[in-house]
Amino acid sequence: MRIGFYPGCSLEGSSKEYSDSLFAVAEKCGIMLEEIKDWSCCGASAAHNLNHDLALALPARTLALAEKQGFEEVVIPCAACYSRIAGTKQEISNNVATRKKIERYIDLTLEADIKILTVFEFLQKYIFPVADGHIVNKLNQKTACYYGCLYSRPKETAALEQIENPMEMDKVMVKAGATPIDWAFKTECCGAGFTMSRTDIVAKLSGKIIEDAADRGAESIIVACPMCHVNLDMRRPEIKKQLNKEINLPVLFITQALGLSMGIPADQLGLNKHYVPTDKVVTCIVKKEA
Amino acid sequence: MARIGVFICHCGENISATVDVAKVAEKAGKLSGVAYSVDYKYMCSDPGQTLIIDAIKEHKLTGIVVASCSPRMHEGTFRKAAEKAGINPYFCEMANIREQVSWVHPKSDATTQKALDIVRTMVEKVKKNTALTPIKVPITKTALVIGGGIAGIQAALDIANAGHSVIMVEKKPSIGGHMSQLSETFPTLDCSQCILTPRMVEVAQHPNITLYTYAEVEKVTGFVGNFEVTIRMKAKSVDHSKCTGCGTCWQKCPSKKIPDEFNEGMGFRTAIYSPFPQAVPNKPVIDRDHCNYFQKGKCGVCQKICPAGAIDYEVQDEFLDVKVGAIITATGFDLKHADFFPEYGYGQFKDVIDGMMFERLASASGPTAGEIRRPSDGKIPEKIVFVACAGSRDKAKGIEYCSKICCMYTAKHAMLYKHKKHDGDAYVFYMDIRAAGKDYDEFVRRAIEEDDVHYIRGRVSRIYEKNGKLIVKGVDTLMNGDPVEIEADMVVLATAVIANQDAETVAQRMHISYNKHHFFAEAHPKLRPVETNTAGIMLAGACQGAKDIPETVSQASASASKAIGLFSSNEMTREPIVAVVNRQAPPNFTSCTGCMLCMEVCPYHAIEREEMKDRTGNLIKVAVKVNAGLCQGCGTCVAMCRNKSIDLQGFSNDQMLSEVMALLNS
Repeated sequence: MRIGFYPGCSLEGSSKEYSDSLFAVAEKCGIMLEEIKDWSCCGASAAHNLNHDLALALPARTLALAEKQGFEEVVIPCAACYSRIAGTKQEISNNVATRKKIERYIDLTLEADIKILTVFEFLQKYIFPVADGHIVNKLNQKTACYYGCLYSRPKETAALEQIENPMEMDKVMVKAGATPIDWAFKTECCGAGFTMSRTDIVAKLSGKIIEDAADRGAESIIVACPMCHVNLDMRRPEIKKQLNKEINLPVLFITQALGLSMGIPADQLGLNKHYVPTDKVVTCIVKKEA
Repeated sequence: MARIGVFICHCGENISATVDVAKVAEKAGKLSGVAYSVDYKYMCSDPGQTLIIDAIKEHKLTGIVVASCSPRMHEGTFRKAAEKAGINPYFCEMANIREQVSWVHPKSDATTQKALDIVRTMVEKVKKNTALTPIKVPITKTALVIGGGIAGIQAALDIANAGHSVIMVEKKPSIGGHMSQLSETFPTLDCSQCILTPRMVEVAQHPNITLYTYAEVEKVTGFVGNFEVTIRMKAKSVDHSKCTGCGTCWQKCPSKKIPDEFNEGMGFRTAIYSPFPQAVPNKPVIDRDHCNYFQKGKCGVCQKICPAGAIDYEVQDEFLDVKVGAIITATGFDLKHADFFPEYGYGQFKDVIDGMMFERLASASGPTAGEIRRPSDGKIPEKIVFVACAGSRDKAKGIEYCSKICCMYTAKHAMLYKHKKHDGDAYVFYMDIRAAGKDYDEFVRRAIEEDDVHYIRGRVSRIYEKNGKLIVKGVDTLMNGDPVEIEADMVVLATAVIANQDAETVAQRMHISYNKHHFFAEAHPKLRPVETNTAGIMLAGACQGAKDIPETVSQASASASKAIGLFSSNEMTREPIVAVVNRQAPPNFTSCTGCMLCMEVCPYHAIEREEMKDRTGNLIKVAVKVNAGLCQGCGTCVAMCRNKSIDLQGFSNDQMLSEVMALLNS
C-alpha cells in the first residue's frame, strides 16, 4: 500500500529536521512515504479565524488530491495540519451539503474516507512491527513527552486514547530505551499561535512547561508538533527572563529520538538545527544490550 | 343492522372555529348505518353527556362515535356515558378532530372534509366493534421492596403502616444505603445517622416487614398483582437466628487489612464483619473472598470462639420463591470513581478524594472520628479546593446530565470544613449553582456569606502535585477568564452520580426500561413519574436519576401510595385491549401453528406456550396463548403472526382494515 505524506509549511521550513528524521526512520525500516503532489496550505492558525468555508476548502483540496492520487492513508506529522485536516474530514463526512459546497469551491470530488495518521499512529502501525531489528541504542535518559493541544482537542478529532493523560508518545519512548516521566504539563498550552505576536505569553506558558519537566528530572522534552518545538526551543531567551533562570533542556522531535535509538547519525536527524544544544541527549546514549 | 350515533363537539371554539361542525354533522348523518347525528358546544359537559345518553335510548343506537378531542382526554368519559345508556362501553369510539384537525389546520373546506373523513373511518370501525369486558385480575397484597436505602426504607414503612406485608431485599449485610455513610445533611445540617437509624430499626422491628439482607433478586416473572420472585439468599456463613451480635468474632478475626467499603477504603475491616456499628441487622457475615478459611482452608478462629455456635462454613446460597403484587425498585446509585479523571489525579494523589470520602472524614463515626484530616499524612488541611461538576454536565466525559446533588453537598462540605477549621480556606469551583430546593439557595448563600467560602465560577483543568501541595489550575470566568492557580492541601471532587454497575442487568431482570446511562425509566416523565412501563413495578430514589434525600423520600412515598392503591381492592380491572389467540373447535383448537415468533418479539413476555392434549393426556398440538395480565396491547405480535392467528381486541385487523377502506372509498 502507498502511504501519502503531507508536509505542510513547517516541515519544509522551520521544522525541516522533523521531516528529515521521519524519512530517515522510515527509510531505515524500509517504509516508503510519498509526498502528495501539488498539496496546498492547510490554513492553520489563520483561515479558520477568518472564513469557515476557506478553512474547509484548503484541507479539502489536499484530501481530494490525495484521493485522486490513490492514497489510502496519509501521514500528517504537523499537529496543526493534522487538526485542520482531521476536522475538515469529519465535518465534510458528516454533512452532505457542506461536502457539495466545498467540492464546488475546489472543483474536485471528495469521498473523505482517506485514513489520516498522526506521526505516532504511523510509528505504531508501520515502524513498531519492524523496529526491534533496527533499534541498536538505548536512549538511557528521562524524557518528558509533551503533546500540546492540537492532538488532544477537540475531543471529536483527538488522536489520543486518553485525552487528559495521553500515553502514545510515551510508548514510543519506551521502545527507544528512554524513561518517560509522569508529569503535569503533557497537554498544557505552549502559547502556540502567539509565537510571533505575544512572545510574553509564550514565555510564560512555555516557561512553565519547561520548568515542570526540569523539576521532575527530565533530561529532554519530546514533541510531535512544529509549533510546540518552536516555542519550547526557540523562545529560550524570553523564557529565561520569565523564569529568572536558565534551563538547558533540549527539545527533540519524536522521530529524532527514535532515529537516535536506531543509530542514525545526529546530523542526519537534524539535531544540529536546534537552538538548545542537543549534545547531552546524544552523550546519554548507550549501546543496547543484545 | 348497525344503528350508529355521531356526536360532533365544538369544544367551545377549539373545533368550531376551523371546522364547519354543522356540515360535518349533516354529512355524517347520511353515512350508511348512521341513525342519528348532531353537533353540540361541549359534548363532555353534563348536558352533553345527557344528550348522548338520551339519543342512545331514544334512537336505539348500537354504537356511537364522538368526534371531539383525543381519546387520551375523554374516551373514559364517553364510554361511561354509553354504559349508562345501556350499551357495552366498547361500542363507543372517538374521532379526534381537535388535535389532529382543528388545532393543526387553518379554517377551510379541506379541514372540514378531513374532519368528516376521520368521522367516517370511526363509523366504519365501530360497526365492527364487539362487546368487551374489562379483565379482572386477583392481587397478592404483598409488596417487594428492592434496596434498603432511604428510598426502600421509606416505601417499605409506608406500605407496612398501611397494613400490607412487605418483603425487603438488600444486597449488602445491612440496610441504610448511602445515607448511612453521610455526615450531616443539607439544608439543615442535621446528622444523617441520627435521623436514619431509627427508621432502620423500625424496618427491622415492623411486624409487616420481612427483611432479607445479603440477598438479591434473582428472577422476576408474572405480572401486576401476581409477580413471582426468586430471591437469592447469599450465604452469610453466620446463623443469624443463633448469633447475638456480641462482636467477639470480628475482634478476633486475623484478616484485619481488608479495605473498609463503608469508609470508602479509608480504614480496614475484618473478613467476618458487620459494616458499621449502627448496622441493621447488627450481625456479621463472612466475606468469603477475603476469609482465610475459605481462601486457604486454614483458620476457623471465629467458629472456635463464637459463644453462640452460630458460625457455619458449610452453608450455601439459598433460593426463596415469593409471590408479590407490587414491586418497588429502590436500588440506588453509585459515584464515578478513579481512572475517570486523569487530569485531576484522582486515584493517583491520595489527597484528591471524592464527595463520599469527605462525608466519611466529616462523620463522627468515620475513620478520623469527624476530624477532617487528609488521607496521605493525617494532617488537618489548611486549604481545601472543592470541584463541583467533576464529570457531570461534561459531554466529553460521556455524562451530559447534571448530578443534581453536588451543588448542595459541596456547599455543605465547605461549610462543615469551615466549622471545624475556622482559619482554613475553602474554595469551590463551579459551573452554575443549582440550588433550587426549599431553603437551598439560602444554604449556599450562608456558605458564601457567613462561612466565607470562596466561590469561583469556572472549571478546573488540571490538578498536579508539586512540593507536597496539590496545584489546582482553573479559570475564573467572572474575572475576565483569568487563569487561577491554588495551592491546596486537599481536593474534593464532586464526582458524577451514576447508575449502579449492575443496573442494566437488574432492569432486564425486572423487564423495565432504562435510559442510556442505565437509570431506570419512568412511565411518563411528568404525569407518571414513579411508575415504570411494566404495570405493578414502581421506582423510588436515585435508581431513576440523581436525587437528594427529600426528593427520594417523596418519591418513595409516592411509589408506596401506588402500591397501596393497587392493594386497595381484591382484584383489579384492566382494559380488555389485549391480544388474543383465536380458538377453534377440536381437533384444530386454534389456527396458531406454534411457530413462537410472537414470543420472541413480545416486549412484555406476555406470550406463553400452550399444549393441547386429548383426554388421555397425549399431546396433540403446541400453540401459544396470551397472558392478559401482562399484555399491554402493543400489537407487535399481531404484526408478527404469519397466519393471522393473533388479533388485538378493540383494534382487530378487521377493524383497522375497515377504517382504511373508509378512507380509500371516500
